[in-house]
Amino acid sequence: MYGGDTLIPGSFDYLVAQSVNEAVALLDQHGEDAKILAGGQSLIPLLRFRLAGPSVLIDINRINGLEYIQETDGTLHIGALTREAELDSSSLIRDRYPILYDTSIMVADPVVRNWATVGGNLAHADPANDHPATMLALGASVVAMGPAGERVLSIEDFFTDMPFETALRPNEVLTEIRVPAPIPRSGGAYFKLERKVGDYAIAGVAAYITLDNNGNVSYAGIGLTNVGPVPIKARDAEHSLLGKPLDDASIHQAADLAAAAAQPTSDTRGPAEYKRDMVRTLTVRALRKARARATGGE
Amino acid sequence: MSTHHITVTINGTPYEGDVESRTLLVHWIRDTLRLTGTHIGCDTTSCGACTILVDGKATKSCTMFAVQAHGRQLMTVEGLEQNDKLHPIQEGFHQEHALQCGYCTPGMMMTSLALLQRNPNPTEHEIRVGISGNLCRCTGYVNIVKAIQFAAEKMRATEQVPVSAGEGGE
Repeated sequence: MYGGDTLIPGSFDYLVAQSVNEAVALLDQHGEDAKILAGGQSLIPLLRFRLAGPSVLIDINRINGLEYIQETDGTLHIGALTREAELDSSSLIRDRYPILYDTSIMVADPVVRNWATVGGNLAHADPANDHPATMLALGASVVAMGPAGERVLSIEDFFTDMPFETALRPNEVLTEIRVPAPIPRSGGAYFKLERKVGDYAIAGVAAYITLDNNGNVSYAGIGLTNVGPVPIKARDAEHSLLGKPLDDASIHQAADLAAAAAQPTSDTRGPAEYKRDMVRTLTVRALRKARARATGGE
Repeated sequence: MSTHHITVTINGTPYEGDVESRTLLVHWIRDTLRLTGTHIGCDTTSCGACTILVDGKATKSCTMFAVQAHGRQLMTVEGLEQNDKLHPIQEGFHQEHALQCGYCTPGMMMTSLALLQRNPNPTEHEIRVGISGNLCRCTGYVNIVKAIQFAAEKMRATEQVPVSAGEGGE
């Protein structure tokens, strides 16, 4: 019908959910055959390449009240349907959560970010996506709504050891992301090395730290982008920092451990050893910037 | 496979028709409505040649299904010119020689329009970031940036209200 080499998705039934409950009911009805269509900026290309072939798409873009960014009771609440462009332009994000600003402006490109959603960036569970590493560093949690109500999962439990897989059940919808509000002497940063705007990371590192009254690290979170089959939490690197001042020695030790936690493969973005080395370099930069932000240096 | 009857306003004109659920918006616009100013470049959400405005937001129309546009306000490159008069953005691209082969131009201009609606006085850096989702393989972008600066100045000077495309900006 359209001719040429144009990529057309396979056939599917398109359904519109007007509410979260309706989306859950439709998922419950159609089970594993159904997929949620949020921003569609990853899903539609996958459908076009026939890498995914759901028989039902449930469009949640018409649900009101799933796009919000608000901080209440010590927690930042981000509606799952919040567009990346909203993070880009939010003064709350820029002032209080610069690591999230670092991240959103590196997601694809500005036109894609008009539709791409934060929830989709996580629920797609692509190790090359940018928010997973940041949310792992921040110790975020997510809210899943199912037929029996909602449950809250830590972001660590949300990602599994399988690529493109989450702990969401087939009849659950991701509705909200929750990030602990920054306490004094906290800061974070996300560094992504990319070949060009819009490309996936060669490597990316998110780091978030809190310092105690003595200047020693009381919390450390480090997440890695696109250097393994799944988003990676660099636990050994995090543990190595606890109770120590964030100085060059501790930063370089953590960077070595983060590089050791990476499981990169060689591809068109570079050989594995190069990527591992970039994880080391980016971890140093992210921790230094996190320190600067935690100590009011920026 | 489901088929849907949709009604969409494009450049102020209502259009309706039946679409398969899998029909991409850009194909409906080009092949069914014959509004062929919108181009298809990469088919992979990378190049931005297919950029149009959907409810005022710059959108890669190859990455949205036609059925999703139901009830929405769209604007394509055909909507820029009004009463035989070029839009300041078109004028800027002409004056500053911002196109060579012209393939990226429709998408580039629609992204520029959304940018200027949101930020009437962008810095060069903001322009370069703003168009970073639109690829041009001819110009090296220098004259495109100049064209957008030209348009920004002219639009500010004339306080021209951009052609209606829904709420405008974002």
